[in-house]
Amino acid sequence: MSQFMTVFGVWLGAYFTFSIFSFLYKDNPFYKLAEQIFVGLSAGYWFIYTIYSILIPNLFGKLATDFHGNIMLLIPAVLGVMMLIRLIPKLEWISRYPIALVVGTSVGISMLRYTKSDILSQMTATMINPFAMETTVEMIGSIILILGTVFCIMYFYFSRKQEGILGVTSKIGIWFLMVSFGASFGYTVMARISLLIGRLQFLLGDWLHIIKP
Amino acid sequence: MSDKQPPKQIDRRYIFLVLLIGVTIPLIFPLGFKSEVSGLSKQVYKLVEETPANSTVIISFDYDPATVTELQPMAKALIEHAWRKNQKILALALWPQGVQMAEQAFADIIKKYPDKKYGIDYVNLGYKTGGIVTIQAMGRDFKEIFPTDLKGTPYDEIEILKNVRNYNQIGYIMSLSAGDPGLKQYVMAAHDMFKVKVSGGTTAVSTPGFMPYINDQHQLYGLLGGLKGAAEYESLIGVKGTATSGMDAQSIAHILIIIFIIMGNIRAYKMRKL
Repeated sequence: MSQFMTVFGVWLGAYFTFSIFSFLYKDNPFYKLAEQIFVGLSAGYWFIYTIYSILIPNLFGKLATDFHGNIMLLIPAVLGVMMLIRLIPKLEWISRYPIALVVGTSVGISMLRYTKSDILSQMTATMINPFAMETTVEMIGSIILILGTVFCIMYFYFSRKQEGILGVTSKIGIWFLMVSFGASFGYTVMARISLLIGRLQFLLGDWLHIIKP
Repeated sequence: MSDKQPPKQIDRRYIFLVLLIGVTIPLIFPLGFKSEVSGLSKQVYKLVEETPANSTVIISFDYDPATVTELQPMAKALIEHAWRKNQKILALALWPQGVQMAEQAFADIIKKYPDKKYGIDYVNLGYKTGGIVTIQAMGRDFKEIFPTDLKGTPYDEIEILKNVRNYNQIGYIMSLSAGDPGLKQYVMAAHDMFKVKVSGGTTAVSTPGFMPYINDQHQLYGLLGGLKGAAEYESLIGVKGTATSGMDAQSIAHILIIIFIIMGNIRAYKMRKL
């Protein structure tokens, strides 16, 4: 039975892969069916997963085993219920309080962490002496890093008209930005092709057994 | 007014067809293209290589089946490398389906290392919600965050966890990340707060965004970027996995896309001249 289910699963996977790929030719009922099954399955999966992997182990399970020891958990539980009250239009305002708490907490944590990791550490990492590098390649790389950072920041300096020396440096900044956009595009292409490769490895390997899975 | 006709637009379905053929053929008949191993992958390799045997390390499975092509080969290669160095692995997930990804990766690699025992050489702590808050809290007390493993075994009864209280007992953290929460949160919380060595792999789409973290502050120790990064790591540990076999197809696809871009630009140039 388990062998049958494995084979059936592979055939089902192949069917849905072709159904989704068929959209590349044109929109069709196979694609629509696959798309809607995917959306429905995902919603059902997440609903059940949230109950069994988040609510039961983190809340209901703990309250059931040791209610008094975990009485603090009632606070997030009540906040969660307040969030769901949003579904009743007349009492919708109650949900603003837990949302405000979540937003406030997230902003507080993010502000601290982003300031440290994305501003202070990044600035420190750019304050380097390129001439103290071990090799010429490292030295050139460090100079490009410093110049690239400074020129790109100059491009985003809007308090003065970008002409004269500011115009030249911000134009160089644009070139640095273009190179980074090109690199991002290249990586995005690689990611999308990887997805195609993954599906073809499944079809040619697990389904048709032409290649080794 | 010019009487020249603009060049005819190619039906995009021909492009899809050419790409499909271009990717399929190298998968069936490998071409054996060689690819250079980048410095970024070498840094990740060096981190694992230089971490002493019997160290406890974390591999965080922060992805789901949508990105399995890129990240699962990295997971397998990293597990294999860590086990070769006799390191003990704590697997956890900040994404719910990461738990299954971890189970699959261990199930595949343990066939090559049948002497590795669950609870002694590796453990799957399962999924935990909370993202960066969870990572921060792990810096204080692991047991508070993961009172049991995936199978429900209490923390104190798991051999591998007996001497692990927080990040001070961790050799390095590898996050295989398809988005948030993932590698970025480990850099921000685990490295920048607790100074634990952080590295990992990401999907190719998010790789450029992580490059600034590879700096002299060592916010990241190298990075495996997409399928190429996975193939490079397989090459470094001498394994021919699915990432390596996919790189021929990847190269052909890139050549085809470059050709399409050139053709598109020629057409745009001709249109401008009309």
